[in-house]
Amino acid sequence: MLALAALLLLVLIRDSWSAISTFGAGFLLSTEWNPVAGRFGALPFIYGTLVSSLLALAIGVPLSLGIAVYLTEIASPRVRAILTPVIELLAAIPSVIIGLWGIFVLAPFVREHLAEPLMEHLGFLPLFKGPAYGYSVLTASLVLAIMIIPIISSISREAILAVPRLQKEGALALGATRFEMITSVVLPYARGAIFGAIMLGLGRAIGETMAVTMVIGNTPKLFTSLLHPGYTMAAVIANEFTEATGDLYLSALIEIGLILFIISMLVNVLARLVIRHVRVPGGA
Amino acid sequence: MLGRKLADRLFTGFCIASAALALIPLCSMLYTIIAKGVSVISVDFLTQLPAPAGEGGGFGNAIQGSFIVVGIASAIGIPLGVAAGMYLAEFPNTKLSRAVSFTADVLTGVPSIITGIFAYALIVVNFGGFSALAGGVALATMMIPFIVRTTEEAMKLVPWELREASLALGAPRWRTTLQVVLSTARFGIITGTLLTVARIAGETAPLLFTAFSNRFWFEGLMQPVATLPVMIYTYAISPFDEWHAQAWGGALVLVLMILTLNILVRLAAGRRW
Repeated sequence: MLALAALLLLVLIRDSWSAISTFGAGFLLSTEWNPVAGRFGALPFIYGTLVSSLLALAIGVPLSLGIAVYLTEIASPRVRAILTPVIELLAAIPSVIIGLWGIFVLAPFVREHLAEPLMEHLGFLPLFKGPAYGYSVLTASLVLAIMIIPIISSISREAILAVPRLQKEGALALGATRFEMITSVVLPYARGAIFGAIMLGLGRAIGETMAVTMVIGNTPKLFTSLLHPGYTMAAVIANEFTEATGDLYLSALIEIGLILFIISMLVNVLARLVIRHVRVPGGA
Repeated sequence: MLGRKLADRLFTGFCIASAALALIPLCSMLYTIIAKGVSVISVDFLTQLPAPAGEGGGFGNAIQGSFIVVGIASAIGIPLGVAAGMYLAEFPNTKLSRAVSFTADVLTGVPSIITGIFAYALIVVNFGGFSALAGGVALATMMIPFIVRTTEEAMKLVPWELREASLALGAPRWRTTLQVVLSTARFGIITGTLLTVARIAGETAPLLFTAFSNRFWFEGLMQPVATLPVMIYTYAISPFDEWHAQAWGGALVLVLMILTLNILVRLAAGRRW
């Protein structure tokens, strides 16, 4: 296992070495991606990955926590028994199929029903400047949010279940409403595990490839409007790897892989330091 | 007083709405897959080779290829993963096992596309081109950390007294591990392994530049091979309406296989024979 991890890192470094030595630190800061001229910069991809993943968290985290609270504190045992596996089912759907749905259902929906009101009411913000494309950062973030909800909600649900019953009942007995009980007892107790859950969700969003590639529009630019297309690290590797002509091009793509590997490992280590040994839905 | 009650009501409403909202994409996905997939699926679709747009054809070779690549991945990943997991469970307090355990946890989060690059650099570059084997290695790399984790957990559930009883009867350590612990934990390991197989069967990213694709039947371990997920991807981003329809058909086949495996395993696990 250790050897596998070391080998992974070694292979990535070895094969990206020619790009690392050619571009140095400038690779991280350059926005130019021009395979024909042989000039490569990773910034648009790093930027696209971070923005789409963070936006996915902004959408997904409140919903996931709402679901976790609903399933633990509000739903009747019967509803809980049905709904819990159903939401986890979402994690079992392959990402290419979520991408397929993204192309033919979500992207048209975003273009026709979501972008329009956003532009109309919030169009003065550069974030929602038109023209609206269906294939956009917003669509990608929605897809990612859908994919991380099962992860974050199921781990948070387990964290909430671990809160001692007496503490919850104590708060209620003192006259707290359910909302106050959750903010004053449950959240402080489960804070660590919920943070870990969010980090695992972030790790998943950063590394997700197919579903994002299929809906983000794949344009290597530093976008400001969320309604415009973007690009992510995983997506550029998936799209251009087989077409990469020349060693430097391939090496640049592998260096993007190395950066992606390092970022997602950091996020995962952070998550695992907080919560060990949890069952991630969709996994084992 | 009123404010507190109101806040509570709003919060409860928000929680219920979240749960309802999460169901919308799931229902929409399942509905679209079934609605658009059912009309495409036929005997021809399941058994024929792909044809140029406008001439029908099927996903037969991709279904065959998926079984082969997942089979290769399982043949490599399951023994390695179970062995490592066994080590972690039986020697839990060494420095090495703690480090390995943590690494396995972290590796479950490796982006799947990275395992593709890994198999590309190891197999594709060194053995002359895209191949079913490279696809299998990429998927196996993804699988191993999950199998390690699931084996370790299943074996740790076996009480130490059972091991001590076996050792006290004079059984050597290896027999205790293999015949007592492993066979007691068998059910958990099989369940976890099947769920992992179901998970990697739907992976696309690691196969794009390892197994690649092929428009013919399986031609050998060292030749590129078509798989269902890659085929769905290729057809989904193609410009042809007919291919889009076929992508939905492929999606229905893939989802049916994965969900059936998932649900069967979970039902069996719920019963715990």
